[in-house]
Amino acid sequence: MNETLRRILAQHGKLAVDAASLGETDDLYAAGLTSFATVQLMLAIEDAFDIEIPDRLLNRRTFASLAALESCVAGLVGEKEPA
Amino acid sequence: MTYVANSLIERAAHVAAVAARHADSVDREGRFPHEARRALADARLFGAMIPKEHGGEGAALSDIAEICCQLAQACASTGMIYAMHQIKASSLIEHGAGAPWHEDFMRRVATEQLLLGSATTEGGIGGDLRNSICAVVTEGERFTLEKNATVISYGADADAILVTARRALEAASSDQVMVVLRKQDYTLEKTSGWDTLGMRGTCSDGYLLKSAGATAQVLPQPFAEIAAQSMLAMAHLLWSSLWFGIASSAFGKAQAFVRAEARRAPGKTPPGALRLAEAGEKLQVMRSTILDGLRRYEEAKAGGDDLGSMSFVLAMNNVKTAASQTMIEVVNLCLMICGIAGYKNDTPFSLGRELRDALSAPIMINNDRILSNSATLLLAHRVEQRLAV
Repeated sequence: MNETLRRILAQHGKLAVDAASLGETDDLYAAGLTSFATVQLMLAIEDAFDIEIPDRLLNRRTFASLAALESCVAGLVGEKEPA
Repeated sequence: MTYVANSLIERAAHVAAVAARHADSVDREGRFPHEARRALADARLFGAMIPKEHGGEGAALSDIAEICCQLAQACASTGMIYAMHQIKASSLIEHGAGAPWHEDFMRRVATEQLLLGSATTEGGIGGDLRNSICAVVTEGERFTLEKNATVISYGADADAILVTARRALEAASSDQVMVVLRKQDYTLEKTSGWDTLGMRGTCSDGYLLKSAGATAQVLPQPFAEIAAQSMLAMAHLLWSSLWFGIASSAFGKAQAFVRAEARRAPGKTPPGALRLAEAGEKLQVMRSTILDGLRRYEEAKAGGDDLGSMSFVLAMNNVKTAASQTMIEVVNLCLMICGIAGYKNDTPFSLGRELRDALSAPIMINNDRILSNSATLLLAHRVEQRLAV
């Protein structure tokens, strides 16, 4: 999942730094993530993991770092799995 | 000092009366409203929103919005200057708390009634305040900062200016900070004037700003957060509040005009009355929209995640674009009602100044820029389909 997220971030994040060099908890906004790129990122993540990120998670915190994104995606993928 | 015992709103009414007396000369001469600024300081209104523990009065946003509205009914430039000052004050209040330099500066704003200006736009950026070319150059505990600021509203008359810049020379263009500069920290070299259609008293000249100061003057939080959590919402809400003042000033004139006609021909409804009803409906929509926005901001600030959410940004965007557009519609209707008496510059029903001031609203952070931002957000966000809150 981490690999996929990094790839999406490199493709859609429009960051000022190389996505591969990012630490798990590095601040993505400090790395140049804009609100426009956030939306592109969200659409790509929804597509790649076949999930829908609900409105309650569409806030700055969800997109603040790779770790935050991973926990968001993991939670949503988990919800999808049949019990 | 005699006004301090009175409520904020009573004091604002006194300042508005002063502003009204000079509004035409401010507009005609395109000069800063010095009289209203003095009256605001005498009424101790510049520090109103600063928390009590830092020397202010801890006024609620709804009170500040009402002051903006009252001032703008008298003189839109004065309303705009006061609104912009409070938007900057909110950045200090929300993001400077806990930082000793900024807490001390807040106290100075309140005790000395300092007027805060803003330098967020820059040549070569094209109006996008979330990107900077200029950078804070740090050496030890000191910094220097030079900015080609294409607009600094009332730059020449401000006592301090809050400036955005990249965090450091090597930082990305969106990795910005906000720096508080006191008058002794900077020089301004005028690069362009402000001979505009309306809002002429804001004197938003362009300047080359050169400054030096202590690194403690840089607000601790990134500007991205300041913009997202307080500045944009405050700007949209307080601007909309003063625009409501402009619209209701125009409406007052149109209503007086229709009433005068009705008195002349008793028993007949004057032709302008229908338009007045239409303008009244728009005014109500505008007022409800702004009040709802103010409520939402206060609730978001009180707790929860809302301030950083897409739905909150969309809501504030919508308040701004709707209020600016509706105000122009109201003023236009009022002009239709007053006819030639509204079109002329020397009648009690003159609407030229209101109309020219109103036309600035869709341009200040261009509505097209805001709508395209909303368009992007709507690729993700699902709009509320329930009526219940």
